[in-house]
Amino acid sequence: MKSDSTENMNPQTWDIVIKPRTGWFDINFAELWRYRDLILLFVKRDFVSIYKQTILGPLWYILQPLFTTIVFTIIFGKVAKIPTDSLPPFLFYLAGNVMWGYFAATITATSGTFNTNAALFGKVYFPRLTVPIAVVLLNFFQFGIQFLLFLGFFVYFSWQGVAMHMTVWILALPVMLLQMALFSLGVGILVSSLTTKYKDLRFVMTFIVQLWMYATPVVYPLSQVPEWIRPYYVLNPMVALVEEFRLAFMGTSTLQWSYVGISWLVTVLVLASGIILFSRIEKTFMDTV
Amino acid sequence: MATAIQVNDLWKEYRLGVIGHGTLSHDLQAWWARIRGKQDPNTTIGRPVWDKKTSKVEGDRFWALNDINLTLAAGDVLGIIGKNGSGKSTLLKILSRVAAPTRGIVHIKGRMASLLEVGTGFHPELTGRENIFLNATILGMSKREVRDKLDEIIDFSGVEAFIDTPVKRYSSGMYVRLAFAVAAHLDSEILVVDEVLAVGDAEFQKRCLGKMESISHDGRTILFVSHNLTAVKSLCNKGIVLSEGSLTYAGAAEDAVEFYTGAGMAEQTEWRWDKKEERPGNDFIALTAVSLKPWQGETIDIDSGLVFECSFTNELVNLNLDVAAYFLTRENFLLFEAEMVLHTRRDSQRGEYTVRCVVPPHFLNSGHYNINLLFRESQWHIMLRLDDLISFAVGVSAAAQNCDFRPAPGVLSPKLEWSYRVTKKEESLP
Repeated sequence: MKSDSTENMNPQTWDIVIKPRTGWFDINFAELWRYRDLILLFVKRDFVSIYKQTILGPLWYILQPLFTTIVFTIIFGKVAKIPTDSLPPFLFYLAGNVMWGYFAATITATSGTFNTNAALFGKVYFPRLTVPIAVVLLNFFQFGIQFLLFLGFFVYFSWQGVAMHMTVWILALPVMLLQMALFSLGVGILVSSLTTKYKDLRFVMTFIVQLWMYATPVVYPLSQVPEWIRPYYVLNPMVALVEEFRLAFMGTSTLQWSYVGISWLVTVLVLASGIILFSRIEKTFMDTV
Repeated sequence: MATAIQVNDLWKEYRLGVIGHGTLSHDLQAWWARIRGKQDPNTTIGRPVWDKKTSKVEGDRFWALNDINLTLAAGDVLGIIGKNGSGKSTLLKILSRVAAPTRGIVHIKGRMASLLEVGTGFHPELTGRENIFLNATILGMSKREVRDKLDEIIDFSGVEAFIDTPVKRYSSGMYVRLAFAVAAHLDSEILVVDEVLAVGDAEFQKRCLGKMESISHDGRTILFVSHNLTAVKSLCNKGIVLSEGSLTYAGAAEDAVEFYTGAGMAEQTEWRWDKKEERPGNDFIALTAVSLKPWQGETIDIDSGLVFECSFTNELVNLNLDVAAYFLTRENFLLFEAEMVLHTRRDSQRGEYTVRCVVPPHFLNSGHYNINLLFRESQWHIMLRLDDLISFAVGVSAAAQNCDFRPAPGVLSPKLEWSYRVTKKEESLP
């Protein structure tokens, strides 16, 4: 970059232009790409700081969905007797928990982006999106561990002779994970931008995540949702994602193609508005804290 | 010469007090009020704003930067000088893209790295080596560039032995050395440095200054903010002086330093409040004037000592009034309390008082200090408290400036009695 044009420079060749708060669509993706090393280093940093100090370490990620699933099995399966599309309740809930766990952990972590990094953001410039993107990637470690746990139980239940079959949807797993990552990122940065202005949002976040879970087929199947409510229900992209996951491994779901389409549409919309708002806030953020 | 930085009509406005409404309910209230054509119920009305920069305050906003224009050629080393609150940091923050300007435009040619603080983003759990990578990428380098320079950085830092130890086990000196080593090896064409040299031991500071000089010889552009005027003179070729957010001087570094000291801007700290409603204080006590001047000589430095004077109107009658000035370091460490008991027989009067306090020479070391002022009753009940009333700088003594611009460490600089004698000559040793 510095090689060619120091002598015969015309005014058009500036590398950085600093202006007042600019338009809504002023997002520098090329710059973000230049900082890809930083994203990976953030992932590494957080990974190291999580695992160096805790004794249980990754084990914690196994215990958490395991206990939640056991509790769900007892309460929703045995007590409330909510049907699970004739699948073993334990495996049914575990599948939901693995998917939901990633989403919940990611949006909770990314929604604090500005507040937890205020000190760093006040000192040096780098594309702020690197921070939430790093969280999205980091949480795939957690997901990976929990996914292995699911696979273990899946193999066990299959071996026990439970009637379920993998479908071709399993090939779409990478696409599902991509969508889940994009949607979590979108929600996370949208909330993190709003929390810089509305501080109370931070406190209701855990509450929202909790309620959101009940608006997602984690403890019940999509088939139990009344027909008339479904057009609104599937606006939640997590609905299609959780159902796709179950469909892929266990072969039962009332998922329709249109639900998948809607879910992608909402994902893209949320992500786009998240990025736009985020890049707008990142310029003025330091003046408001 | 190619232009490295071009600043045009740069303005920066800050709003005092609450920014935005903070809560959703307030925003909804404001929105509802707007719809009905009424005034926002949460607007503060006539809230008295007291700011040291009274002239700049219009309502609840003030201009931290006023119309800055600046052009720097590649290879220039610019020294930015000015009092605390003159807009230096704001300018650097805008140039390093941490804050956005309100008006104006800045064009920059080349990559830019800013060191508003060394060790930005260091993580205690990571090893020295890992932190080099993290810190350097935060500052804009790619992983490959860091790998190429790794040996050089480790070598410069002088902490080879501990490079694979988590930095939480480092001494603060080692920490800073590693951080500066990273900063010094950034490959950017433009480097913004804000008083990082205030840290580290003397030997390391010299190396840093040396490194900065060699960086500038490479034809890279440096923006250097410092209170160390001698360092500015010796390192920079250009200088600007900021005062109350405006560019008051631009030229050669030496001339800028000359202008700064000559205009007495560096030393005089004096405020008056003629209008009653502007005076800081409350219904009982309100300040009318505050000043801080050298006791002997022209500038406040270690040799000069200083005089702190404060005038105030008092409405409290028949009390045991006293005044206390707290002298604090910039890190808010309380150095001492200087107290003056005005009345002991419950006989305070309505009227204006002026108190004066002399801090002798060779007491405060060079550095930055703040004064908090407290008015009390019977040395117990606080009637008025004004925090950070004045911040001031004590310069290095003139004698020290000639030989070495390195300030002595510590907050005090007493002149102590030293003597020595040779107690045993070497030839008499066995």
